Amino acid sequence: MIASLSPFALELGWGTTMAIKTLVVLAIIPAGALILGYVFLLKIMSHMQSRLGPMDPGGFHGWYQLVGDGLKFLQKEDVMPAKADRRVFAAAPAVVVLSTFLVFAVIPMGPDLVVKNLDVGVFYALAVSSLSVIGVLMAGWASANKFALLGALRAAAQLIAYELPLLLAVVGVVIQAGTMSLQGIVFSQQNGEIFGWDFIGNPFILTQFVGFALFLVAAQAELTQTPFDMPVAESELVSGYMVEYTGFRFLFFFIGEFGTAFGFAALAATLFLGGWSIPGVDGDWANILGPFVLFAKLMLVAFLMFWVRFTYPRLREDQLQALAWKFLIPIGFANILVTGALKVAF
Amino acid sequence: MTDIQLDPGALRHLADAQMNVELDTGDMILNLGPQHPATHGTLRLVVRLDGERVLAADPVIGYMHRGYEKLTEFRTYPQVTTLINRIDWLSSFANEVPFMDAAEKLMGVEAPPRAQWIRTTLTELSRIATFLLFLGEMGLQVGALTPAFYGFRDREHVLNLIEAATGGRFHPNFNRIGGLKDDVPWGWIAETRATMKIVLDACDQFEDLVLGNEIFGARTKGIGIIPGDVGTSYGVSGSNIRASGVDWDLRRDGKPYLVYPELDFKVWTHTDGDSYARYWVRLQETRESARMVLQCLEGMPSGPIMAKVPRIIKVPEGEVWVETENPLGQMAYYVISKGATGPFRVKIRSASFSNVSILPWLLQGVYVPDVITILASLYFILGDIDR
Repeated sequence: MIASLSPFALELGWGTTMAIKTLVVLAIIPAGALILGYVFLLKIMSHMQSRLGPMDPGGFHGWYQLVGDGLKFLQKEDVMPAKADRRVFAAAPAVVVLSTFLVFAVIPMGPDLVVKNLDVGVFYALAVSSLSVIGVLMAGWASANKFALLGALRAAAQLIAYELPLLLAVVGVVIQAGTMSLQGIVFSQQNGEIFGWDFIGNPFILTQFVGFALFLVAAQAELTQTPFDMPVAESELVSGYMVEYTGFRFLFFFIGEFGTAFGFAALAATLFLGGWSIPGVDGDWANILGPFVLFAKLMLVAFLMFWVRFTYPRLREDQLQALAWKFLIPIGFANILVTGALKVAF
Repeated sequence: MTDIQLDPGALRHLADAQMNVELDTGDMILNLGPQHPATHGTLRLVVRLDGERVLAADPVIGYMHRGYEKLTEFRTYPQVTTLINRIDWLSSFANEVPFMDAAEKLMGVEAPPRAQWIRTTLTELSRIATFLLFLGEMGLQVGALTPAFYGFRDREHVLNLIEAATGGRFHPNFNRIGGLKDDVPWGWIAETRATMKIVLDACDQFEDLVLGNEIFGARTKGIGIIPGDVGTSYGVSGSNIRASGVDWDLRRDGKPYLVYPELDFKVWTHTDGDSYARYWVRLQETRESARMVLQCLEGMPSGPIMAKVPRIIKVPEGEVWVETENPLGQMAYYVISKGATGPFRVKIRSASFSNVSILPWLLQGVYVPDVITILASLYFILGDIDR
């Protein structure tokens, strides 16, 4: 086994490993948020809208724009409304970002590159990702602003409607893989076969395409992106729960928004597109290439998400509930039934 | 004024709320505006909410009142155009025309044919510019960001034409009593013809991108229904009332003005009266206007662009009422002259003022997002409300 020569097999102390892992996760979120923000929000959206977007900052296609914006936010005055519930107001952005960080703890980036390979990885990821709604509710309540409150309540209502389809979409994958560990799901896709043909393994998008579609729709709602962006609803609630936030705290919300998008795209890529694995790459090479492969797949999923975001109008809250309960949830259950039946049959 | 009718849904909701007194959380008063992105300026709506349902909405206007009716009394006739340009700033040229018409009627002069044809062309161009912005912005108000940019992009072509002819993109100030300041520049007619092609293509694109979108349909169909008779009783005019099935267009039905009697055009109506119908009607009218511009270019006669008028304009005593079909609806001036260089009194009837007067009736029982949809689909300009 060449793994013994691998640098990843180095025996590091528990503390050192933990510190490295924490740093990696801490670095990934802002970096991912910046990348998604730059690539999709600034450039691809601009091109879809027949404009160029930022071109000057940094020299090459305005790559520095978002970094500059982030630095600008840091030097802004930290305004807190007079009637705000000060402690809750201050804690809310942290809660939102925290949930984003926690998701990344279980996403594998290579055979050995995973912060913590939990046996209930999928369950954990979906559970901590819904934590952000608590932060949103806190923000809306503590802002002492009616627009913010309306936005927060909408976000809470949305969570109840969309947590369920999200879970149901994933259950199909879990049934097929026979495990809830994200690493296990990737392995079962890598080593899977479709009717005896195993060259590309079995990315679950081929069998779980219904689940993939459900997952994307529900993730869109979870991320409060158009067409389900009622909690922030630019034209109605101005910015919903974020309306009173400025400077550094607003930056947290921004990182939370795009970081979560990054997280969900990574989750979708792991669950349905085979995560870090590509055909024919194993062992050490998989550890080296894994993060890049995952990143490429993740950007593909993110492109789908943002494409929808820039194209569609916004649904109304009651229409969203109707969509979730009348269509997505029944489809999710049907998908589980069919997957289960086929699993038993084959 | 018709009876204020409460939406049955809202009534039932109220009854439910009264039954569950211990759960009753009271109503919330929400101030939409005067600084709110959906109000195109400084309209303020005081909305009483139960949850997200609107129980009552009260528009508060006047944040942009500039006193134009009074100011006209201290200006000479040629100076007044500068003011009335700024009433409906998206279609300024169309604002000038009825006032010039009024002054010319009082003086007994008539602009030469070529001036009339150019006025018609520019009026229709400003209508196209206004509606293209609406077609994009309506998408923005229901949450789709992209159409707004397309709207601005396509309007730019039309604004360039207006600029080329008049020198001003927003406030042309191009009309003179008895004609126009200048003739259109060389090559302008060919350019306009090419641009109309762009406009027609843009309309197809909006039909595809916005009207064809299912979510847009879900958000606008059946939202903010104005029955024809209610709309008429509130004085709603223009595309808003035509979307309610009232076949009434001053270009065809009013006192003949400009060269509209010589043009062949269709007045579009829709039977539904909801926000979707208003979008649909404006889309068709944009196309119709583009066709009218093409007809104008076809039939434009040669000749002078100014009639003989004295150096110092003094308008003889008299009163006149002139109304025209402006992009936002019926626009009218009632001018009283006492024989001086300026008008004695001018009453301006602007379309948006009457169009938003229906809001308290219309907004009962709808949800907060529908408020925005309805505001956007009524399409008002704050300057046109407050003057």
